[in-house]
Amino acid sequence: MSTIAQARDTLPAGTWNVDPVHSQVGFAVDYMIGTFRGSFSPVEATLEVAEDGSASLVGSTQVGNVKVQDENLQAHLQSPDFFDAERAPKITFRSSEIVRSGETVTVVGELAIRGTTLPVELTGTFAEPITDPYGRERIGLALAGSVDRTQFGINWNNPLPSGEPALANVVSLTAELYLVKA
Amino acid sequence: MRVLGISGSLRSGSHNTQLLREAARLLPDDVDFELYDGLKTVPPYDADDETDRPAAVERLVDAVRAADAIVFATPEYNHSIPGHLKNAVDWLSRPLATNPLRNKPVVVVGASTGMLGAVWAQAELRKVLAATGARVVDGDLPLPQAHERFDEEGRLADDEHAARLKELLDALLEQAHAREEHAVAA
Repeated sequence: MSTIAQARDTLPAGTWNVDPVHSQVGFAVDYMIGTFRGSFSPVEATLEVAEDGSASLVGSTQVGNVKVQDENLQAHLQSPDFFDAERAPKITFRSSEIVRSGETVTVVGELAIRGTTLPVELTGTFAEPITDPYGRERIGLALAGSVDRTQFGINWNNPLPSGEPALANVVSLTAELYLVKA
Repeated sequence: MRVLGISGSLRSGSHNTQLLREAARLLPDDVDFELYDGLKTVPPYDADDETDRPAAVERLVDAVRAADAIVFATPEYNHSIPGHLKNAVDWLSRPLATNPLRNKPVVVVGASTGMLGAVWAQAELRKVLAATGARVVDGDLPLPQAHERFDEEGRLADDEHAARLKELLDALLEQAHAREEHAVAA
């Protein structure tokens, strides 16, 4: 029993690289009357888990990888109004602490967007290793958190006729990571 | 360094064009300043003409592409941007992902004979330029009662306005230099 309990407090040891085809980082932000969603893909990410259970997660994506449903909005998101891809073409994440408790995982780290690096906490679930049809070992991490976009200098807004801002400041983030053992 | 000045006022005695001439004088000696004179010939934007753009639009696009930074001076018509200036920016914004204003450092100033110095038109033009993807300097220069603001030599009579214009131009050049350095580094 004690062995099982210990295993459920650590992630499986190894180097786990992201499967870029099936992984995605998403964002959601309240806009006018609903929630607007977009994503970044492909993303790069590697989870390193040492034999003692200590783990680190690093990830990144290009701002140019943003996916929304309109090419003009996609172009606007690259501009200085939003991510300023010319000066800050990359979004990066680096964990400082990963804690697992059963199926729950908490990842604390630093997120860099538009030249500003800020702490962020992501929580979510861990899926135990399986062997995929190609014989490779896979685990899954599904994480979520939120940031205030204005703290990264993304301040764009447009007032509604009521005077209220159309776009919220709080942005929800999700990371659906398929990780394959190296 | 090349700075382009685009005046939203077409008339020969324009205070906004005068403000751009003053900007030209306040810029450092190593900056080439060109006052754009072809805005009146730009036809109304028509998406059907995008694949074979009119010559006047081509000329405008070329001038913007060749510039490292742009100073817009806008009057205010009915609390907003003059139609022909908005039209020119609409042409310049197409196609959005590769348009010539993209990441281009721009600053907006404005003059009017009224009390507010085209402050609303400047705010709206900044918003429109940001939507095109331009790198818009955060700040304005509202020059109210513009008919009383220039001396006989056409210089800004009030040091405060000249200082503000210089401040905005410095911010514009800083952005242009940063972009130049970024391009070299890349």
